[in-house]
Amino acid sequence: MDKPQFVYVVYIATTVEKLWNALIDPQMTATYWQHENISDWKPGSRWEHRESSKERKLKLVGSVIECSPPRRLVLSWADPSDEAHQEKHSRVTFDLEPVRGVVRLTVTHDRLEPGSGMLEGIKEGWPKVLSSLKSLLESGQPLPRLW
Amino acid sequence: MDKVFKALANPTRRRLLDSLRARNGETLGGLCADLDMTRQAVTQHLRCLEDANLVSTVWRGRKKLHYLNPVPLHDIYERWIEKYERNQLQALSDLKHNAEGD
Repeated sequence: MDKPQFVYVVYIATTVEKLWNALIDPQMTATYWQHENISDWKPGSRWEHRESSKERKLKLVGSVIECSPPRRLVLSWADPSDEAHQEKHSRVTFDLEPVRGVVRLTVTHDRLEPGSGMLEGIKEGWPKVLSSLKSLLESGQPLPRLW
Repeated sequence: MDKVFKALANPTRRRLLDSLRARNGETLGGLCADLDMTRQAVTQHLRCLEDANLVSTVWRGRKKLHYLNPVPLHDIYERWIEKYERNQLQALSDLKHNAEGD
């Protein structure tokens, strides 16, 4: 089994259903991530990560590897220019688990190319996104612009 | 958040976080190699970091791998630094507008 490169954990005072919806609903992701996650979320389907600006620029693409609502979502994750190159796709796993009245969200990112821009961007990106998601679900307010 | 500040208020634990920044996914044995202390003492420091959610862990077979989890640090940054900085910038901007008479 691959050794993950990043494992991020955040505890959020919400329900697994609300948190699940916040990962797959384009309007919700636009609110805290400023990008829309778009797919029919069926295994094998394509998913897109688009800027929620007027241009709606495509920033990431991949496919849905596993979708087990509301507990586990596994996506392949790539720069749009690498869509045809499977070997350049990294993988993101979202695990949702109720723990003592809150939900533990674990984001595991693996199969990243060493030295790639994607790897550097991820170090910056995930903590911001997860803080903003927590803020939105707990206080109704996302963090101000992340990017 | 008390747990985060308590965890950070110790040089060994800050050093463990630095080690993970350099080598994310390290085992207990690997982390002990950086430090001149017993395995048991390092285990206790790691437990304190895990309680504060500054370190996340994954089991791979019989190996427990440790990862830097900066999410609580980002919460602190947002709550105190980012807001403080924004207010400062607004104050400077107001001062400029007043001084320039618009």
